[in-house]
Parts: sequence; C-alpha cells; structure tokens
Amino acid sequence: MKTYFIKTLFVPLSGLFSKKRLTSVLTAAALLTVFGLGLSLLSGCGKEYDLYVYNWGEYMDEDVISIFEEETGLKVSYDTFDTNEDMYPKVAKNAVRYDVICPSDYMIQRMIQDDLLAEINFDNIPNISNIGAQYLESSREFDPENKYSVPYCWGTVGILYNKTMVNGPIDSWSVLFDEQYQDNILMQKSVRDAMGIALKYLGYSLNTTNEAELQEARDLLVAQKQSGVVQAYVIDQVRDKMIGNMAAIGVIYSGEAIYTQRENSDLEYVVPKEGSNVWIDSWVIPKNAKHKENAEKFINFLCRPDIALKNFEYITYSTPNVAAQELIEDEDIRNSSVAFPDSSVLENCETFQYLGEEADNLYNQLWREVLGE
Amino acid sequence: MVKKGVQAAKYFYIALIFIFLYAPIVTLVVLSFNASKSRAVWGGFSFRWYAALFQNSEIISALSNTLVIAFTSALVATLIGTMACVAMNRMKKLPRTLMMGVSNIPMLNADIVTGISLMLLFIALHFSLGFVSVLLAHITFNIPYVVLSVMPKLKQTNRSTYEAALDLGATNLYAFRKVILPDIFPGVLSGFLLAFTMSLDDFVITHFTKGPGVDTLSTKIYSEVRKGIKPEMYALSTLLFLSVLILLVIVNRRSDKTAKQ
Amino acid sequence: MNNKRQTLWNHLLATPYVLWMAAFIVIPLFFILYYGLTDADGRLTLSGLAQITNPVNQKALWLSLELSLVSTVICLLLAYPLAMILRSLQMNSTSFIVLIFILPMWMNFLLRTLAWQTLLDKTGVLNTFLTGVGLPPQNLINTPAAIILGMVYNFLPFMVLPIYNVLIKIDRNVENAARDLGANGFQTFLKIILPLSLPGVISGITMVFVPALTTFVISDILGGAKILLIGNVIEQEFQILNWHSGSGLSLVLMVFILISMFVMSKYDKEAEGTAIW
Repeated sequence: MKTYFIKTLFVPLSGLFSKKRLTSVLTAAALLTVFGLGLSLLSGCGKEYDLYVYNWGEYMDEDVISIFEEETGLKVSYDTFDTNEDMYPKVAKNAVRYDVICPSDYMIQRMIQDDLLAEINFDNIPNISNIGAQYLESSREFDPENKYSVPYCWGTVGILYNKTMVNGPIDSWSVLFDEQYQDNILMQKSVRDAMGIALKYLGYSLNTTNEAELQEARDLLVAQKQSGVVQAYVIDQVRDKMIGNMAAIGVIYSGEAIYTQRENSDLEYVVPKEGSNVWIDSWVIPKNAKHKENAEKFINFLCRPDIALKNFEYITYSTPNVAAQELIEDEDIRNSSVAFPDSSVLENCETFQYLGEEADNLYNQLWREVLGE
Repeated sequence: MVKKGVQAAKYFYIALIFIFLYAPIVTLVVLSFNASKSRAVWGGFSFRWYAALFQNSEIISALSNTLVIAFTSALVATLIGTMACVAMNRMKKLPRTLMMGVSNIPMLNADIVTGISLMLLFIALHFSLGFVSVLLAHITFNIPYVVLSVMPKLKQTNRSTYEAALDLGATNLYAFRKVILPDIFPGVLSGFLLAFTMSLDDFVITHFTKGPGVDTLSTKIYSEVRKGIKPEMYALSTLLFLSVLILLVIVNRRSDKTAKQ
Repeated sequence: MNNKRQTLWNHLLATPYVLWMAAFIVIPLFFILYYGLTDADGRLTLSGLAQITNPVNQKALWLSLELSLVSTVICLLLAYPLAMILRSLQMNSTSFIVLIFILPMWMNFLLRTLAWQTLLDKTGVLNTFLTGVGLPPQNLINTPAAIILGMVYNFLPFMVLPIYNVLIKIDRNVENAARDLGANGFQTFLKIILPLSLPGVISGITMVFVPALTTFVISDILGGAKILLIGNVIEQEFQILNWHSGSGLSLVLMVFILISMFVMSKYDKEAEGTAIW
C-alpha cells in the first residue's frame, strides 16, 4: 500500500540527498537526533512506572495525580478509555497490565464473574469510612460482599438540552425521536446506554434479554437515525458540542451537567420521567496487577475528603464521599438536585446488570445494525 | 492576450489546490492562538497554550516517545535492512525474489491488517503490549523502506572493485566500509530519513500494538479527539510544522548555494 | 576458499532480516489466517469469512468501495490537470513540490483531519462564512460527503505525484514531433501524453484506492460514527474481542488489496531494481 510513498513522494525528495547536499542533510539529521535524545533524557521515556491507572476519559483532576506523586514519590502512568466495552478486552486478554481500573457496576459484575479481579485489602484503605453507607449498600448489587470495589462516582443518564433551542421544558425521552430536531441530537456511542434509553422509552427494563423487546428497541433507534435527527454518535464530545451550541439535545451523564451549565448557562439537565440508568463507577484492582499495594494506596488517597472534594470540583460528578460532600462550599452545588438527586428522581431508574455472553453478543449485533444503518 | 489568460487560469487552479491543502493547517495554527479552550469559540489572541505546552508532561512525554521510537526504529531498521540488501544483492534470483516479496508485504498490506496481525502475535506470546511492542512493530514496517532505498544504489555499485579489494587481502568488513559504503551511503541515509518519517506519522499500527503508559503523538491525539483536543496540541503541531518548514528552507537554500559555487 | 568465506559472510548478513521477517511478518499473517478460518473452539470453519454476508457488514463493504471509488475519481480529476500545469510551468520542481505537497504531511494526519471538523462543523468556519454573506448554512459534517472530502484531502498527493513524475519524463520532442506532423493540442494529448502517462495514473489510482478503502480514522472523525465503513467494522470486531470474525473480514479485505496490487504490478515496470535518483 505504501510503495507510493517511495516512488512518488520520494522521487522529488531524493533530490535533497545528492552528495552536494549531504552535509546539510547530515546536519539536519544530527540536529534532530540530538533534539530527540535530549528530550528522551529529559522525560526518561519507555520508563517503568510504579502504578498504572486506567480510568474514563476526563474523569480525574490531573492535579490530583501530581499531588499523589509528590506525596508518595510514586510515578503514575495514567491511561483512559471511552466505554466499559473498550476497557474490558484489554484487561481480559491479559494484553496489558493495569493496577487500578474504574469500570461501571455491570462491568465489575462481569469481571468478578470472569475471575479478573483481586480482593482489595481494606486494611490499606482506612479512608473507606468516608464513603456513605448507602453507596456501599447499593454496590452489593454487583459486588455482593463489597470485596472487590470502592465507589468513585455515581450518577444518572439523562438529557442535556439547550433552553433556547427547544420548545418548552423537556421531561421525556420522546424528544429524542421528535422529528422537529433535525440533525440536532447527540446520542451516546455506547451499546448499553443507547439500547437502555430505547428500552426505557418503550417501557421495558434496561436489563432485558427478551429478543422481541430488544429488536423493538433496535427498530426504534434505526427509525431515529433514518428520520435524520441524530447529528452524531459520540461520547465525551457531547459536552463540548453542547457548550458550543452545536446541538440542541444531547444524551449525557449527570456529572457533566454542572460543568456544562457553568460554561453555557442555557443548558439544562433532566432525568426523563420514564426512568433511566443509575450507575456507580468504582475502583477495582485486576488480578494481574503488578503493584497491588500502590493501587490500594492510590484508592485510599482518592477517598481522602480533601482530595475527593478537589476532584469533585474538577469533574463535577456526584461523589459518594460523604465527608467531601460536607466540605463543598458552594451551597447551590451542595444542594443541587442534579449532583445529588433525591430518591423520587431515582424511583424509575435501574442499575445495569451483566447479562451474560449470549445476551451481550445480541446487544452488540443489534447495536451494530443501528450504526451500520 | 489569450496566453496571459491561460497562464492566469493555471495559477488560479494551483492557488485553489493550495488553499485546499493548507486551509486545515491554517485553521490549526489559528486555533493554537485561540484563548478559548473550545474549538467553536474565538476567545481572543493568546500565547497561553504555548506556555501551557511545556507544563504538560503528558504531551511532552508523547512527543519524546514519538521521537525516540522513530529514531530507534529507523536506526535498527537501517542496520538490518542494509545488511540484508548487501546479502540479497549477491543471492541467486529465486531466493532474492522471495525475500523481496515477503519484505514488501508490510508496505503493500493495509495498515489495519499489519497492526492487528502483530497484536495477535504479541498477545499469543504473552508479550505484554507496551513500548517494546510498538518499537518492534515500527522496526518491522520500517525495514522495507530502507531496503527499497538501498537496493537500487547497491545495484549501481561495481562488484569487481569489491572483489578486487578482497583479492588484495582486505577483510570483508574493511572492503565493505571502504568500497561499498561510500557508494550506497546516500541510499542508506535517505532510507533512514524515510523510515523516520513513516514512524513519526504512523497511527494505525501503533494503535493496535501499544500498551498502557505508552502514547505517541498520534495515539494521544486520537484519544483526545473523542473528549476534545487540548489546545496545547495545536501549539505543539504549529511548532513542529514551523521547525520542519524552516529546516527545509535552510536545506534548500544551502544546497542552492553550494550548487551555484 | 574465498567463495566459501563469501557465502558464510552472506548468510551472516541475511540471517537477522530473514528471522525478523519470519517472526514479525509471516507468522503474524498466519495468525490472521488461523483466526479467520477457525471458531472459538479452534475448529475449522468458514463462519469468520461468512461474516461478510451479514447485511450490516456487507453494507459497510459496499459503502467503503463506493466512497473510496468516488474519492479516487475526484482525486484523479483534480490531480491530472494539476500535474499538467506543474509540468508546463517548468519550475524548480524539487523545492516547489516538496513545499506544496510534503509539508502538510509533517503535521499529524489526525490533526489535519480534525481541522476539517472545525471547518465543516454546524457552527464551524465555513458555515459562519456562509451565513455571513447571507447564504443558508449547509449540513456538511457527519455526511458521506465529508468523509469523501477527508479522503481526497489526505490522499490527493499520492495521485498528483506519480502522475507528475511520469509526465515530466515525457520527452518534449515527442510532443513537438506530433505537432509538426499536424496534430492539434487535443490530439497530441489524447494520442501521446495520455497513453504515456497511464502508468502514473494507474499507480495513483491504486495508491489512493487502497488506503481509502481500509481507513477507519477518517470516517470516525468526519462521519460522527453515523457511517460505518469496513475498516470501522474490523476495528470494532477486535475491540469487542471478536477475533475470529475480525480476522475473517480482514481476509476478505485482503482480497481487494491483492487485486489492486496485482493491477498495479502489471503497469509497474520500475518496481524493483531501477535507480530512482
């Protein structure tokens, strides 16, 4: 495929490498080399780290990592993933070794089932006491004995809309299928979230494995795409696009609401009345981790109230850290129904369950049919 | 009159293509001076991203990874490739054709297939993906470029001079260094630079063979595309672009001068 | 004695690369072949290859073929006149062409493609311009047209340069002779220039077509994930650990690459061995 490079680009380029020009080319090459080697010395590349963190994109204040590095003297490698489904294979196939990962509820359930996680030694995590008991209780749904996970953030999936671009307040998933919003809706490019929305709108459980119900959801999403309302299937970009007034409506996680409102006051977040997904993302340590103790140190560090607060102020995702919640200075945010919704909002919400490989394949297949439509 | 019109039309067409090719680059340069973090809003002129760039250890380490991988892989590829060329040049036709054929595969194949095949290999060997796997992959797709640059030069060299040197008692290494190397050196050098460039620009193969903690500029940018590019990246690419521009201008100028003398 | 030493020396030189090729080129390809032709239990099956009959995948393949063909044609239509013009201007070709075509390639190709997003976005530069002069904003981003634009933009140099390289090698005297014999400009072009430039055109076509066919990045960035190409399908298959179907689809894709390579080698007389400078 790339012979073209040789014969085309390189033929004119080769004029540069005649003997006459050799000196100047050599000088250039030498300069580049010195530059490269200098840089590599500066940053010590290809080096070993003391802790490999794997987290969602835009899901931690980078200063927090610097503080951790300063306090402990450990070097941290920080990598991000977009969806649970992207993260899972990398860990499952043993191709890469992370020490501490932050998956969502149903994915933790799957990883426990697949024997991928190590039991956390809670003696090393005294700060777990800062985490609200109710969050540990709801964690039992996917981690029955609270042995493998420490809650990091929680929230809902809902609709973020631009008040100036829609007609009246929004309270239902139905707007996502409303043809008046041509090319104005941003959907999540994540199989469970997208299918879950359609299922909820149709009145089904978002954990259904009933093929007829799933096909109905698929048909709904296909019709939505064909009607031309979907501007794009994205993940973290919803945030920037909504701030930039590029779309009227976007499906987004609750944690982004406060941040986006801060940047663009026309934006409003709502959990539709049909119900939605309520989720918890928690830290886990994979079995193949090389630095388990450092990982526990890191988790403990994140549970410290001042750190959890700092992190919350940056990412604005609801923290289960009760001690940190009390430290929030801004009253509006401390009492915000978006950041800390009361139980009435959560009434119709469900947590995702891991549905097994067969159902997983069905979901993936149906989702592919939506994207490929 | 007509001729002038035709001439103007020609330049107009070139100008259009030029705009097409450079519009995105101008956009990036402009964005690097945008005080606002968002791509969609112009927040005034500012140098803040240039200052922030040197504070951003992630981008700097991606840059240094990129350069070190490009440099090391090009160096190793040049070494192995040149050795192979010298050997191939003296082979019989059949083994040589076979070797050239296999050698060309990574160049002709789609990047996605090459990347995936290497990933499958590393995983099957329980070789954990990381800096080394990326380096090995880059060496692999770089060698063919070196071979293609050196081979033609080698064919032009006079074999009997080399044999004469050997007959006069020179060792292989000495004869190679004194007789062959000077002739093929421009080919070796351009092979090296070509390999360096290809490695610098690669995204797909790195994407499939990389592991935690190892990002090149390409993979870093790709992961940022999804969550919004950090403006420091625009600043960095503007700097890289300018340095290459200046380098090329200098090389051209100097060589023009030497040519005149 | 000398010969023996020579052969040994030769083996010594060739060994590293032969081993390298075996380990990192040949064996990895067998892995794709293996996964493409087996199922999860290691049994021989055609189900990986049969993935291509799945309507979604088939649609993605056809769409990829369609988009890459259109891009190739557009590249050709843009590039041929450009190459002719460059030839007629008789500039100092090296520095000019290096500057105009190679320089952009030093800016990361992902960033260049992303810059098009900024230009084409709903509230992007082009639409701001359009509304500024009183025209209605256009729906540009996340359409097949945007993907074609991205392909043309990224691969245009690969069409221009081979054509240009062939054109400048055509002897001016041949052209003049044709004119002396009474051919007009158009006839000269049709009978002399075009046939002589055909090798350049053919290699340009394959050089644009193959990368356009297999890309998943351009469609990702400029298509808003609404448009699924075969490259995206393969990438996603590996993402969700479906190595068998992913490899099967890769094998299907390789058939198309092999066809292009075959076509190219037919016209490619300077493939190996001739000096290029």
